[in-house]
Amino acid sequence: MRDVAVVSFACSAVAEDPVHNETEMIVPVVHEALTAGGIPKGELGFVCSGSLDYLQGGPFAFVAGLDAVGAWPPLRESHVEMDAAWALYEAWIAIQTGEVDSALVYGFGKSSPGDLHEIMALQTDPYYVLPLWPSMVDMAALQASAYLEASGRTDADLAEVAARSQRAARSNPIAVRSGDVSAADVLAAPVTHAPLRDADIPPITDGAAAIVLAAGDLARDVCERPAWIRGIEHRIEAHGLGLRDLTRSVSTRQAAEAAGALGGADVAELHAQFSHEELILAEALGLDGSVAVNPSGGPLAANPVMSAGLIRIGEVARRITAGEAGRGVAHATSGPCLQQNMVCVLEGGN
Amino acid sequence: MAGQRVAVVGVGQTAHRSARKDVSIAGLVREAAQEALDDAGLTYADIDAVVIGKAPDMFEGIAMPELYLADALGAVGKPMMRVHTAGSVGGSTAIVAAKLVAAGVHERVLTVAFEKQSESNATWGLSVPMPFAAPLVAGAGGFFAPLIRAYIHRSGAPRHIGHLVAVKDRLAALRNPKAHLHMADITLQMVEESFLLWDPLRYLDTCPSSDGAMAMVLGSEKVADAAPNPPAWVHGMAMRSEPTMFARRDQVNPQAGKDCAADLYRQAGITDPRRDFDCAEVYVPFSWYEPMWLENLGFCAEGEGWKLTEAGATAPDGDIPWNPSGGVLSSNPIGASGMVRFGEAAQQVRGMAGDFQVDLRTGKALGHAYGGGSQFFSMWVVGSERPE
Repeated sequence: MRDVAVVSFACSAVAEDPVHNETEMIVPVVHEALTAGGIPKGELGFVCSGSLDYLQGGPFAFVAGLDAVGAWPPLRESHVEMDAAWALYEAWIAIQTGEVDSALVYGFGKSSPGDLHEIMALQTDPYYVLPLWPSMVDMAALQASAYLEASGRTDADLAEVAARSQRAARSNPIAVRSGDVSAADVLAAPVTHAPLRDADIPPITDGAAAIVLAAGDLARDVCERPAWIRGIEHRIEAHGLGLRDLTRSVSTRQAAEAAGALGGADVAELHAQFSHEELILAEALGLDGSVAVNPSGGPLAANPVMSAGLIRIGEVARRITAGEAGRGVAHATSGPCLQQNMVCVLEGGN
Repeated sequence: MAGQRVAVVGVGQTAHRSARKDVSIAGLVREAAQEALDDAGLTYADIDAVVIGKAPDMFEGIAMPELYLADALGAVGKPMMRVHTAGSVGGSTAIVAAKLVAAGVHERVLTVAFEKQSESNATWGLSVPMPFAAPLVAGAGGFFAPLIRAYIHRSGAPRHIGHLVAVKDRLAALRNPKAHLHMADITLQMVEESFLLWDPLRYLDTCPSSDGAMAMVLGSEKVADAAPNPPAWVHGMAMRSEPTMFARRDQVNPQAGKDCAADLYRQAGITDPRRDFDCAEVYVPFSWYEPMWLENLGFCAEGEGWKLTEAGATAPDGDIPWNPSGGVLSSNPIGASGMVRFGEAAQQVRGMAGDFQVDLRTGKALGHAYGGGSQFFSMWVVGSERPE
């Protein structure tokens, strides 16, 4: 395997951006990542993005998105209808073939114009589940109930996660929900989707993120402390909620084992959209109290759909590049109730 | 081509029909996947990863359908990816899958592309009114017709050239039992007299709306050497994209297509595509795109494509058959159509194309797909012989 590193990362998020369309939202993020990445656009080997048409409510969201990059002269370019963490995986594969040495990866989405919770029901089996129109929060609440029952934990444990996220997010410039909040404060609010409260549910967020990847010496040339990808793996589980054990994340565990993620870490950024998901994922990843989990506040603080997974990789890389962490684990997810999961191990050093 | 050697060791596809009411979406993709696995002598348990592609989710009304299809495609416990690059997606999906092998990450990858157009209406799916955007409400044909008129104006091509392609590809499809359209009685006059949709495109100059799926099993050299049927070796693969709206863009003869072909031919050692390929499976959804892509892909000089078509050079018995399977004009499950091109090219060089097998001389074939407003391209070259 070639050594490949994250050499720059940029992201943006706001609760509602009524001014910019998706393309305009991507432009500054891509510009920032390219500038910091130090590789001129004309020398980029590959470009790959992740987005979801149904967020925009039209076909081909990625087509206009590409205008943010300016595909002239024509680019080697691809797109996944998945969180942009999987676009990063595709770019990592392209670099592994030896065809290219660098890549720009970006993801974007605006959740505020539509009804995100309803839209995500369109991910379910169209014949047997979608007619019931379960919202993503309904499905998450089912998982949370199953998890609390099986683990013996209570909604106080969920509140601890939610409160810690908001406190951590005070230092995150893109957080759309943060504050000096205690678990008691969270518990004082009403349960909206039993056993979940608003603070356990991710905030509606518009945003984008971009990462530049580079291989070997190119990465060392453009970045003083590259965040090397030491392992990146993903696995999917059965779709039906009744066909899998919702109280565990088997595919996260499989991906973590394959990626070599179980050897400890200074920091972990988890694509946990709901409080209980963080607990399930931490167990699957074997994270103990010594690991700083979601120091950015995680998706409970800012959840720009389709880039929130990529942001986890970027947040870990940023800490490694800044010298704040030596080794980190990033996680991304897709589908209802953690159906599909990616684990990426990043390290500093040479 | 960069990376480890990659070969197509299994190909499968559904029969393409206007409405496959006998199967669900899961049943449709599984039909193609099972045939590809049988061809490769493998089962789902042997597969390391699954890469699926399709055109916009609105064509079926399901967001990210790979999630729902994970079980049907045997992906549980494995990596699964979903590619979407507009109409080029069938080709792009195959390329992403091939790169997983070329990168040395996996040995056996199942790749599937599908569209079940009967679940929805593609023309309306393509024409959703968006804020601050001029409403098109014209579907793909309305978008491409002005580009075709520009081509006719530039090249001086006679007006019947498109109709010749419409007849040629439908007659070719008579030898392909899986093709959607089987029009044994089609004539030039019938095409000329079919109703005008978007000048100069008449009804029979356009592709049908199809339900269908295509699947391939891609394997490493080790897998290819153990495969029960002859492999098709991947000699090159390339993708290119250019901006949708751009003053310097030539939408009739796009630079991205030329660059993509040049990159591809360099990898595969192609210097004269008309002579170096035994056949080409090229994404021709509207008849006039045959002469246009003949030029864009370097099979002739600019302005000369229509002359090849008129002379019969691209017919199944011509010197460079284009779309001997009947092409997109005879079957168009949109998201799968590009992979059908890639897979049919593979079947030709494997000598497994059945009644529409071409004579193998160089043992190389081109698979091509394009999408959007001709700004997205994906292509590969497959060959009977192991690449150097």
